[in-house]
Amino acid sequence: MDNNKVSNRKRIYAKEEVCIGCRLCEVHCVVAHSQYKNDIVKAYKKSPQRPLSRILVEETRPVSFGLQCRHCDDPKCVKACITGAMQQDPDTGIVTNDESRCIGCWTCILACPYGVIKRDFKGRKVASKCDFCIDLGGSPACVKNCPNEALYVDEVRVLNNEESKEKGGTAK
Amino acid sequence: MSYVIIGNSTAAVGAIEGIRKYDSSTPVTVVSDEPYHTYSRPLISYYLGGKVTKENMIYRPLDFYQRNNIRTMLGIKAMSVDYSNKTVLLENGEKLGYSKLLLATGGKPFIPPMGGLDKKNIFNFIKMDDVKAIEKVAVRGSKAVVIGASFSGLKAVEALVKRNVSVTVIDIMSRIMPRVLDDTAAAIAAKTLKDHDVKVLLNNTVETILGEDTAAGVLLKDGTKIDCDFIILAIGVRCNTDLVKDSGIKINRGIVVDEKMQTSIPDVYAAGDVAEGYNFIEEKMMEIAIIPNAYYQGETAGANMTGGNKTFNDGFIMNSMPLLDLPIISAGISEDREGIEVISKFEPEKDTYKKFYISDNRLVGYLLINEVDRAGIYTDMIRNQSDITALKTSLGAEGFGFINFPKDMRKEKMQKGGAA
Amino acid sequence: MSLDYSTSEFTINRDKDRCIDCQVCVRQCANEAHYYDDEEQKVCSDEHKCVNCHRCVTLCPTRALSIKKHELEFRANANWTENAIKDIYKQAATGGILLTGMGNDRPYPIYWDHMLLNASQVTNPSIDPLREPMELKTFLGRKPESLKVENGKLAEKLPPQLELEIPIMFSAMSFGSISLNACKSMAQTAYENGIMYNTGEGGLHRDLYKYGRNTIVQVASGRFGVHPGYLNAGAAIEIKIGQGAKPGIGGHLPGEKVEAEVSLTRMIPQGSDAISPAPHHDIYSIEDLRQLIFALKEATNYTKPISVKIAAVHNVAAICSGIARAGADIIAIDGYRGGTGAAPTRIRDNVGIPVELALAAVDTRLRDEGIRNQVSIVCGGSVRNSADIIKAIALGADAVYIASSALLTMGCHMCQKCYTGKCNWGIATQDPNLTKRLNPEIAVKRLTNLLHAWSHEMKEMLGGMGINAIESLRGNRHMLRGIGLSDRDLNILGIKAAGE
Repeated sequence: MDNNKVSNRKRIYAKEEVCIGCRLCEVHCVVAHSQYKNDIVKAYKKSPQRPLSRILVEETRPVSFGLQCRHCDDPKCVKACITGAMQQDPDTGIVTNDESRCIGCWTCILACPYGVIKRDFKGRKVASKCDFCIDLGGSPACVKNCPNEALYVDEVRVLNNEESKEKGGTAK
Repeated sequence: MSYVIIGNSTAAVGAIEGIRKYDSSTPVTVVSDEPYHTYSRPLISYYLGGKVTKENMIYRPLDFYQRNNIRTMLGIKAMSVDYSNKTVLLENGEKLGYSKLLLATGGKPFIPPMGGLDKKNIFNFIKMDDVKAIEKVAVRGSKAVVIGASFSGLKAVEALVKRNVSVTVIDIMSRIMPRVLDDTAAAIAAKTLKDHDVKVLLNNTVETILGEDTAAGVLLKDGTKIDCDFIILAIGVRCNTDLVKDSGIKINRGIVVDEKMQTSIPDVYAAGDVAEGYNFIEEKMMEIAIIPNAYYQGETAGANMTGGNKTFNDGFIMNSMPLLDLPIISAGISEDREGIEVISKFEPEKDTYKKFYISDNRLVGYLLINEVDRAGIYTDMIRNQSDITALKTSLGAEGFGFINFPKDMRKEKMQKGGAA
Repeated sequence: MSLDYSTSEFTINRDKDRCIDCQVCVRQCANEAHYYDDEEQKVCSDEHKCVNCHRCVTLCPTRALSIKKHELEFRANANWTENAIKDIYKQAATGGILLTGMGNDRPYPIYWDHMLLNASQVTNPSIDPLREPMELKTFLGRKPESLKVENGKLAEKLPPQLELEIPIMFSAMSFGSISLNACKSMAQTAYENGIMYNTGEGGLHRDLYKYGRNTIVQVASGRFGVHPGYLNAGAAIEIKIGQGAKPGIGGHLPGEKVEAEVSLTRMIPQGSDAISPAPHHDIYSIEDLRQLIFALKEATNYTKPISVKIAAVHNVAAICSGIARAGADIIAIDGYRGGTGAAPTRIRDNVGIPVELALAAVDTRLRDEGIRNQVSIVCGGSVRNSADIIKAIALGADAVYIASSALLTMGCHMCQKCYTGKCNWGIATQDPNLTKRLNPEIAVKRLTNLLHAWSHEMKEMLGGMGINAIESLRGNRHMLRGIGLSDRDLNILGIKAAGE
């Protein structure tokens, strides 16, 4: 084996002990993926087809937490995708769905172990999931706007996508 | 040193990506009898149905081969393999040498005996050329007979409905998609077909195809005659082992492979629909003809061809098969068996059905109709064979998710989440 | 059913152009003042339930909400104010005593705001805190009459002292009246910043024993949570005789707030009201207090200072003189502005005296009797900013206790509804849905910020006075001048009038 690529992969984690179930993460995710990224009011009132939130909040009081795509080291959705629309960036590890090529077969939903892919019925009927806010420079809107610091980004050093991993970067 | 891959579909692509992750220099040659850039076979029904253009049929970008330094020989059929000299004979007479060989020849249609198969306008439903031929005759108002109400046949039906073709589908079993759906689920699916004016004839087979030199109708076992303009055969698929049949390599129903995708012949691997690997839920060797499996097997074979030690031994059947507007997802065991506990939730007003198969407090199969969100969590339970005693009562509940897990089980899953 | 005279105290204004019906307010209001109307497909509000805690206002992503006083006006009446009238309606309806939370909100004079500080000018230059070291450190405990030094070392061991990096401590707030997350936040902040926090009468939760060296454990009249391990866990023990918010009566924790953890920590059954008796039933004279003080010293091997906390009431000077002679090492005086989780409104607003006056009186009295060194004095009962702290020290305090300030830091918005247990900020509640709103990681940062900010301001004010150590300010009445005070007030405070 001669490829010893090391990359820093980022992942968002939730702290259920301090998640207050307000769902502001969902609000900001919707805004971040709308055409009015800086205007919450317009994003909600003017968007002809308001985007789905890519973060999912699970709640059975008093427990709640947000969950979104883990951008896995071994992305089952990418390997299961029948059209090749689901792709992983080899450097950042971020998994995105090319909605222009997605046909809504839901094989990724079948494969995703976290169940974080949603069915988007507006328009073409495609699979919708977290893209780590790459359009906003990779600073996830949900993490930034959580009022109780219940979401955080952790960096993991990954060696060639394989087994040996060391936690590096800003591990909490 | 050079790697040769026979086949150009999912398993082959998995192998290419598996090889190139570890070895960017050794030459790789891909041989396929189809002349096309790698395309997604399941997309043929979406192409026929008008949802996907020809350009979007491709499974990887157009620069895929070039970027990965792959030499392609497309539209050229491989004829035989010489294991001792390690060469592949092509139809143009050329002999390709290999240090490692991957057989990824996929599946071929199964055609049961019936009269009149020599007529025109009788089509298979496997590859691009099939639908290219079908689209010429599948015009608005035409009549079609689809033989076989399994997944493949129903995808053909779906495409034809979108083309405003009048469709009759025939199957020998007592319900559609018999291997995956039970009676309750099949009834929901059948309702969808009925709503789209598809005629479904069960417990029946085609004796003879009628017509002069072009198919014009079918004669059924029970004497019924049905007129049509064309026929699609979608009865089943067999492993396409023609290339290496009788060559000495171990073949059962498919080319037998171990958990490293090695065949019985050294330096020869097999992956995808042609391979017979271990299904760890059924606990037996069998072909698992689904895309995720083909990709994983291909990737594993590719890695091992470069000298790696990857194993793939947790394959099992899983399918997402939307039928018109009805989502259907299933994985693992799909029929009632002795010793298997079944939990099911049926909500007829919502056309929602959920069924779970449990063995020894572990999930071994499930079926979801309509409410298919978060299905992957169940798939993962099957793959990990985790103890789900604490979850049994909430399986299939509305909003089921990690919130139903006991806290430590949930934390382990979510905190590790994503790390392989 | 007869007529309900109660009218809404507040109105909820929702800007329709800004509201996006995201329902965050619906989810966050523990009083259910907001709800989603499925038929109308929008968020609506029931202002009658609003307590003006600002939770929804703060969380609304589009700032679409604001809370205002309800505009209902009675005919102008300087005597029968709106509140006076409404109190009668309430008691006519319920037949019960009026309850309230936090501190006295009546417009009595605030003596802190009638005192001014000195600044150095020509003859005694000021000190620049950014260039010169400033000592905010202080030690609480009994100081000996004189020091004997032999061979450069102290000949006699000093009585036990509490070392504080800055002269501020978190005052007593019981686990039960406030959430465990709130206690944790203050404990950890005290630990990380070298100060103390006080357990209040709720006992010490097992998760907080690790902060023991920065903990003052309280022994109140109900003796909740008191056992040998508890007494030895902290750095000091405080006997609570009274508190400023409700002098003369004991603490009251309604049964609804006594859930599993509270029950375990207080050593009482779950769901039972935790009512502390008015007196300690083993202290009926000053001699009894002496006995308890020494019993505690014996139990802890004379290794920990014993503090006695009293409410500031009439004759507070004489009381403190007695307490000092009874063997206490620290006396904590809690003024009538002190906060609470629950108190009868009439007692909170009418009983006790301002801590400024009490402090001055006590410090003067102890000095006059020549026993000022026998105790450290800590004062609390609405210390609102760093200037209040400087003034308190100048009047004679060794350190101050802050509580309301700490709660505000953690998110409190002074709605005074602590006794309902529905604190939307996760502070005065045990409801797990609400307590998780207080994230200790965030709260510790904010509390630390407050301490840093105040320390810096204190250094600036000290420097301005030409003083570089807090010890030089203690009891230094010359640094204060009164403004707008009567002669009598000036006399009691022991300060001159501005201009003199």
